[in-house]
Amino acid sequence: MRFVDEFRDADKAHALAARIAALCEPGRQYKLMEVCGGHTHTIYKHGLEDYLPESITLVHGPGCPVCVIPMGRVDDAIHLASQPDVIMTSFGDMMRVPGSNGAFFDANARGTHIKMVYSPLDSLKIAKANPDKRVVFMAIGFETTAPSTAMTVLRARAQGVTNFSVFCNHVTIIPAIKAILDSPDLRLDGFIGPGHVSTVIGCRPYEFIAKSYRKPVVVAGFEPLDILQSIYMLMLQLREGRSEVENQYSRVVPWDGNTVALKAIGETMELRPYFEWRGLGFISHSALRMRESYADMDAERLFDVPGVRVADPKACQCGEVLKGVLKPWECKVFGTACTPETPIGTCMVSPEGACAAYYNYGRMNRQRVPEAISIGLSRP
Amino acid sequence: MCLGIPGEVIEFLPEQPDLARVDVSGVRRVINVGLLTDEPPEPGEWVLIHVGFALSKIDEAEAAAALAFLEGIGQAYDDELAALRDSQIE
Repeated sequence: MRFVDEFRDADKAHALAARIAALCEPGRQYKLMEVCGGHTHTIYKHGLEDYLPESITLVHGPGCPVCVIPMGRVDDAIHLASQPDVIMTSFGDMMRVPGSNGAFFDANARGTHIKMVYSPLDSLKIAKANPDKRVVFMAIGFETTAPSTAMTVLRARAQGVTNFSVFCNHVTIIPAIKAILDSPDLRLDGFIGPGHVSTVIGCRPYEFIAKSYRKPVVVAGFEPLDILQSIYMLMLQLREGRSEVENQYSRVVPWDGNTVALKAIGETMELRPYFEWRGLGFISHSALRMRESYADMDAERLFDVPGVRVADPKACQCGEVLKGVLKPWECKVFGTACTPETPIGTCMVSPEGACAAYYNYGRMNRQRVPEAISIGLSRP
Repeated sequence: MCLGIPGEVIEFLPEQPDLARVDVSGVRRVINVGLLTDEPPEPGEWVLIHVGFALSKIDEAEAAAALAFLEGIGQAYDDELAALRDSQIE
């Protein structure tokens, strides 16, 4: 695996760590947020915090699409799936997310037809194969999955399919970042920007963070050296008093994003006035719904959706974890009542969730483990 | 679901030019390449696939890195690959 070693060279990692340490100003504490759950995963898989000086804290952000779906939307989806002749389709990640009366798997045990699919295109195919059924796709995700839903809707229209609709729960990352920046709970110094979301939206949408909030943003790849390099770039900006948007992941992320994908989203969907995020509450203009011109494929117009609102379980502190106010191990139920097998909160359900990443890699507290350094990385 | 899976483009489907057959870790499946119309991939090139759609072109080194990352996730990637194996969009 010559290629992979290039991104995991332990000597390079140590060299970067030394350069990062050299940029820290004495007595100053730094809080950097990695927005994307994929990055959280890399950080814990490779023990990257152990490479960093004590004065740098990595804060985990809200970028796990499963984690931010509120319980009420799960209940709404199960209500939709319970209607006559409905086949609901969903990504596998959603199947175990708890609603107030169980998850999709539990609903199926009570008689609903919620089928796992890999792609919205599979859902469209199911619709075509079952003309006497009404097939609803449970659309979730940030800008990485929204283009796929949009393209599928365009395809359904072009092919004249009339029994396919979308229960749209797509969310957009920028308003969530803004909500965190405006939250009084947390003072952040910079952002490790999401990788794959940025392949769609590009780097420009982050410019307000640099310009209005004076915080640096570095869009990052998913390899250990990508993350360390991005932290180095953030620290260099902070040291030099700059706040700019930089692209560490330019080998995949174009500065302007994917214009075809953005056009497809814009054609079929529009921003909602507000949307509830699990733990974060209502955030204005933070999610997408189907446009009026696609009302015939909008499950929220075709069916009577109750619009259930359910308070998160009292013991669950996913909201604080999603905002980065609490570390997963600081939650009262982490690793005891709430585990990946029996999740109470969404952050424990998805492998991209911060709690699942902590739990799976045995990170139960903030204590650094110097001897763990280089275990996850290969020497050439 | 949110993470891209690297696949090597094998061929385009003759009747449907926005569909391509790709190889993902030895699994051959049809995906949609309609989001790459600005810069269509050639057979032999690599793409990053999100829920059945190629979202960006990548080089072979990036594909290897992305694959290693996914394999490191373990069960979730196995589930995703199993879902892709069952996926039949054509």
